[in-house]
Amino acid sequence: MTQYVAKRLLLLIPVVIGILLITFLMKALIPTDAVTAMYSGQLSEKDAAEAIATLRAKYHLDLPWYQQFFIYVRDLLQGDFGDSIRLRKPVMEELGYRYVNTIILTLASLGIALVVGLTAGILAAVKRNSWLDVTATTVGLFGISMPAFFFGLLLILVFAVWLRWLPVVPKGNLALLLPALALGLIEAAPISQVARTSMIDVLSRDYIQAARARGASELELVVRHALPNALIVVLTLVGLQIGNLLGGAFIIESIFSWHGIGELAVNAIQWRDFALTQAIILISAATYLVVNLVADILYAWLDPRVELST
Amino acid sequence: MSKALLAIQGVKTEFRLGRARALQAVQGVDLSISAGEIVGLVGESGSGKSVLALSMLRLVQPPGQITDGHILFDGEDVMQMSARALSAWRGRDVGMIFQQPQSCLNPVKRIGWQVAEPLLRHEKIGRKAAWAAAIDLLRAVGIPAPEEKVLAYPHELSGGQAQRVMIAIALALKPRLLIADEPTTALDVTIQAQILELLSERCRTLGTSLLLVTHDLGVVARIADRVAVMYAGRIVEEGPVEAMLTAPSHPYTKGLIAAAPQLGQAQGGRLKDIPGAIPDLSRPYAGCAFAPRCELRQSLSLKACDNAQPAPTTVGSAHTVRCFGAAGSIQSEMRVTS
Repeated sequence: MTQYVAKRLLLLIPVVIGILLITFLMKALIPTDAVTAMYSGQLSEKDAAEAIATLRAKYHLDLPWYQQFFIYVRDLLQGDFGDSIRLRKPVMEELGYRYVNTIILTLASLGIALVVGLTAGILAAVKRNSWLDVTATTVGLFGISMPAFFFGLLLILVFAVWLRWLPVVPKGNLALLLPALALGLIEAAPISQVARTSMIDVLSRDYIQAARARGASELELVVRHALPNALIVVLTLVGLQIGNLLGGAFIIESIFSWHGIGELAVNAIQWRDFALTQAIILISAATYLVVNLVADILYAWLDPRVELST
Repeated sequence: MSKALLAIQGVKTEFRLGRARALQAVQGVDLSISAGEIVGLVGESGSGKSVLALSMLRLVQPPGQITDGHILFDGEDVMQMSARALSAWRGRDVGMIFQQPQSCLNPVKRIGWQVAEPLLRHEKIGRKAAWAAAIDLLRAVGIPAPEEKVLAYPHELSGGQAQRVMIAIALALKPRLLIADEPTTALDVTIQAQILELLSERCRTLGTSLLLVTHDLGVVARIADRVAVMYAGRIVEEGPVEAMLTAPSHPYTKGLIAAAPQLGQAQGGRLKDIPGAIPDLSRPYAGCAFAPRCELRQSLSLKACDNAQPAPTTVGSAHTVRCFGAAGSIQSEMRVTS
């Protein structure tokens, strides 16, 4: 087990290097750099040329891309993610609290997605072909077909504009409510569909009938005998969904002015703020990789037939 | 005959196939099992014997449904039991084991938990005591190193071990009746004899009645006291095992016995088979369901075979048969036609 985790963590290194390289090369393909983007049209031509040259030298933008890459990786290994050109402070300073915000939003949406999705899926499976099942499946179909950002805009329209229950840009804990609902309810849809299918499959298995034959009540059958088996399939989906949640957060955070790394990323790309963009991509990728590892470990924990072989 | 522990009367079970169609899997069966008795229920695939076994515990799941009949267990009406009473009854007074032992164990739960579960549910004993009891139960069914095996998961067991575990679970609370549906069919031939031996030994020791559902007459000959032969949802012949095997009355029973391989039979000889197959049970028919395949009907050419259901006729001590052509029932058939 420890060996397995160590090996998986070691394997992350080449993946991270690959991510670094690809994002770095993307920068080489973008026509303007941050300094040019910042000053274009704001100063007289002579002043601008001078200022731009100084700044470009400061941020090594005048060097060939491979030299820039090595400088970047060297700094990175020393824990220095560089400075944000636009915000004029170290990237980590800005990223730290924003990362926490994104994690809060992701966990809140995941919680909503799991509670709503599992409840709906299990009830639909147990009360198969009832009005409850039909409703859950139909609503789920809408959820699967609708992008989270569109659903987010609908939520704003309904709760902030029409009903006026919430301000359009709420403060404090309330600020979390709508974005978490938007992301969570959309992700609840595939969870409920998979939970339903998986539960129906498990409930038809021989060991459920055998447990019924030895006196398990229908509630016990669902909760104690079937659910642990049905969750194995759901877990596979949820592992992938956390990636969706992180990705979905990019747009949802912008819509709801939630100050996470998603909102920052959208801005950073517009600013051509490379150090910032790169750090956000890196931290998102690392999160995704770690989540996958955790999902695999949970998988083995839920299903004794799965062995974590090194 | 002594007072029946389980008595079923006129039980009908059907599976709905659509608005108007239903498959009549069990078409009115009477059967009783006395305390301590081992009864074999024999029939080919599709004869309804497994559905009958499930019906006895009211375990038939939708779209299946028991549509008629009575099931009495020790005088209590099983058909009237509430869901709660059924749960309390199953596992405590009756147990059941199935054909595929490995798929009947929950793949994500430890063996010990699964053996201890009925004890925890019905006996209200503590976890520690239940765990210790589970180890003893596994030892009683011949599982080697039960202290270690309680921690194992089902996929770590062989088929024979899994069936031993199923027997341990089913007999954990010393039920008065055990229903075993093809308990040895999925196992290696060498293991089959051991499991049968274990089943009959445990049942005799605990005084548990056993209903053994099987398509294998050899299995029945080995341990049963009484045999019921089922065909197309009905019991066509029923009697003591000796009489049934040496003097079968129904042409179907005769065919089954003739089709079973015998030790010492001439090498290279073909096994005798019964031509044809079980009729489509979703279509109603008037006569005896076996008539289209019946040699006796062809030789006697009785009209009643195609037009009426044969009533049970006694042909020996506690030996009854449902056949117009069988010995002793010809006269009654004559009366019908003349």
